[in-house]
Amino acid sequence: MTSAPVAGAFAATAVRSRRRAKRKAAWRRRGLVLGLMSPWIVGFTVFFLYPLVTSAYLSLTHYDLLSPPRWVGLANYRFMFENDQLVWPAIKNTLWLMVVYVPAQVLFAFGIALMLTRARRGVGFFRTVFYLPALVPTVAGTLGFVYLLNPATGPVDIALGHLGISGPLWFHSPRWSKPSLTLLGLWGIGNMMIIFLAALIDVPKHLYESASLDGAGPFQRLRWVTVPSISPVILFALVIGVIDSLQYFTQAYVAASIAVGQSASQSAENLGYPENSTLFYPVLLYQQGFRYFNMGYASAMAMVLLVVALVVTLLILRSSRLWVFYQGARR
Amino acid sequence: MRRSTLALSLFSVLLLTTFGVLGQGSEAATGAHKPVTITFWNGFTARELGIISKAVAGFHKQYPWITVKTTGALTADKLTAAIRGGSPPDAASLFETDTLGAFCSSGAFQDLTSYIKRDHMNLNVFPKTIQNYTAYQDKRCALPLLADTYGLYYNKTLFAKAGLKGPPKTVDQLAAYAKKLTQRNKDGSLKVVGFNPLDGWYENAPAHTGPMWGAKWMNGNTSNIAGDPGWAAWLRWQKKLVDWYGHDRLVKWQAGTGDEFSASNAFEAGKVAMNLDGEYRVAFVDAEHPELKYGTAPLPTSKPSLYGSGFVIGTIMAIPKGSHDPDEAWLLEKYLATNTKALTGLSLGLKNVPSTLPSLRVPAVRKDPHFRVFLDIFGNPKSSTQPVLKIGSQNQTLFANFVQKWQAGHVKPQDLHAGLQNVDKQINDALKQSGQVP
Repeated sequence: MTSAPVAGAFAATAVRSRRRAKRKAAWRRRGLVLGLMSPWIVGFTVFFLYPLVTSAYLSLTHYDLLSPPRWVGLANYRFMFENDQLVWPAIKNTLWLMVVYVPAQVLFAFGIALMLTRARRGVGFFRTVFYLPALVPTVAGTLGFVYLLNPATGPVDIALGHLGISGPLWFHSPRWSKPSLTLLGLWGIGNMMIIFLAALIDVPKHLYESASLDGAGPFQRLRWVTVPSISPVILFALVIGVIDSLQYFTQAYVAASIAVGQSASQSAENLGYPENSTLFYPVLLYQQGFRYFNMGYASAMAMVLLVVALVVTLLILRSSRLWVFYQGARR
Repeated sequence: MRRSTLALSLFSVLLLTTFGVLGQGSEAATGAHKPVTITFWNGFTARELGIISKAVAGFHKQYPWITVKTTGALTADKLTAAIRGGSPPDAASLFETDTLGAFCSSGAFQDLTSYIKRDHMNLNVFPKTIQNYTAYQDKRCALPLLADTYGLYYNKTLFAKAGLKGPPKTVDQLAAYAKKLTQRNKDGSLKVVGFNPLDGWYENAPAHTGPMWGAKWMNGNTSNIAGDPGWAAWLRWQKKLVDWYGHDRLVKWQAGTGDEFSASNAFEAGKVAMNLDGEYRVAFVDAEHPELKYGTAPLPTSKPSLYGSGFVIGTIMAIPKGSHDPDEAWLLEKYLATNTKALTGLSLGLKNVPSTLPSLRVPAVRKDPHFRVFLDIFGNPKSSTQPVLKIGSQNQTLFANFVQKWQAGHVKPQDLHAGLQNVDKQINDALKQSGQVP
């Protein structure tokens, strides 16, 4: 009579203690995972989440860096879209980068990498030569290009002059300033080229052999074998290129400051020279935040930039379903 | 009891007054104060920082209990970070005068009115222009540390070759002389430019050229560029001269000129016959091209009554919020801003205009005839400066953006007024957004 309830109670206690031990182990596991993830969690919170939340808050205030932020609601956003006449030229210039500069960089890097895979002699030398510009500091590279493309004393226009061609004004012309920056960008495609090169070397040889046996010529092999095989790398280059173009700053800042021909203190007033043709969105954001102490407005601009970057990246990723092929994946 | 209390009080007052007065008179000599070390951050570097340190040593001699630690290469960004971080210098000096509106309106620079009143400081030792650019609205939160004045430099050798004797005095003469002095290469490109009217080059900026036409930026609290006929007159004059050279030719020539602050400066190298520049160029020419035969003069003007005046701006000194020893910082800034001996030393060393009217009369400062011209422009009551706004130099940038388009021929002449009205609108919108204008 008494042994059955005692045995039952004993079993219940055993189950409970087993459950407790399991729960303890689960907590320990969670603790371990959290502990191992803590460097990332701390980094993410301090360097991403906190600035993001602060920036979102500041975008709704008038904040001059020196006195406490004053709540203004959506006034900064309204000012951006209704009053600030420099925002649209800055957006247009940045779009130009996305539409012309980024595809040109991707195509050029791909082309150079393709040529390097075909080279039979001096491969190491040519790889080094094409990669080297990527090691040059951005400011130094930009200064070099402003010198090279100087319409009066630059070797490019002098050489063109010898051929009877009157060279353009390059960084001094609103029509040529962005193409000049594109040339500078093409010169420094070393990193992208190396990634393409690795992808091209990785394309299975038997695919080319099969295509050749099927009678495919060089262009058809490129179109139907090479491009689909490296399409994930093209997607990567495009996404990185677009994000870079949305953050394009140093080259435009240096080129405008030097080309305008003023002292450093005054040249900051001429960002975007000539005629705002190099006034990219991040340049305008910098000017508002750090030259005019208009940090609330600059934060609103940063929030818009974040949303645009997200939307564009999502669109590219969405479209990639149509043109990116992963080895072994079913379509 | 009452009588004794009264007597005691009177005696105390007498004692305090006597020793107070004595103490004031001999505080520097007796060293009765507790020693204090203050920090003074300023924008000067290298040789120029040495000259500032020399002036600071003179201050220490007068106030031996105050030791000043001087640090150079200060910029507005660095100062902002220091104030925000709670570790600002006790005294600060900035080259970026146009940031005063932001610093002053936010309280980041302390209001100096109480110090000025306490010490009965006579602000009229400074010309009106200086009084204007050291205050934001009714808040005076800065004192001047020397000034820059702009005038005309002309190459006497090129003038003699062209048969010209003296500098132009009117803007029409300036255009005529510029054409006469210009030399072209066989292919039509420009070899020597008489006067470069392109805005944005070297010191060519609306703020510097506007005073030649008596142009004013503001009407009360609103931007009035379209409303002031001076700006439109300047732009029409400028465009006519740019077109005479050919815009692209002038840009190409300009691209080939050397860096402004180098020995290959276009004026110093003889590539431009007349140039708008600050008084500091005298020191550069002395050091880099002593062989250059040149003269200086006030900038030509549209009206004879304006001749002799010009644009004035300068370095500012302030006491940042959070300064540990603001009283001592005030003494230092007052000394550097008003002590004639200190100003003379600084002016001769830095080749900048001393910022008080009495120091302009010091014979040592007036000795160099090239430099003297700038002292007279500085003292001219019609000289002017830029407005101090909460938006910093945004008004200048927005106007300069329009001028770039105008001079390139990308604005139709009949659209000039509408274009200037749009510039005003942009500036007024920015002022409203900043909270300066309700």
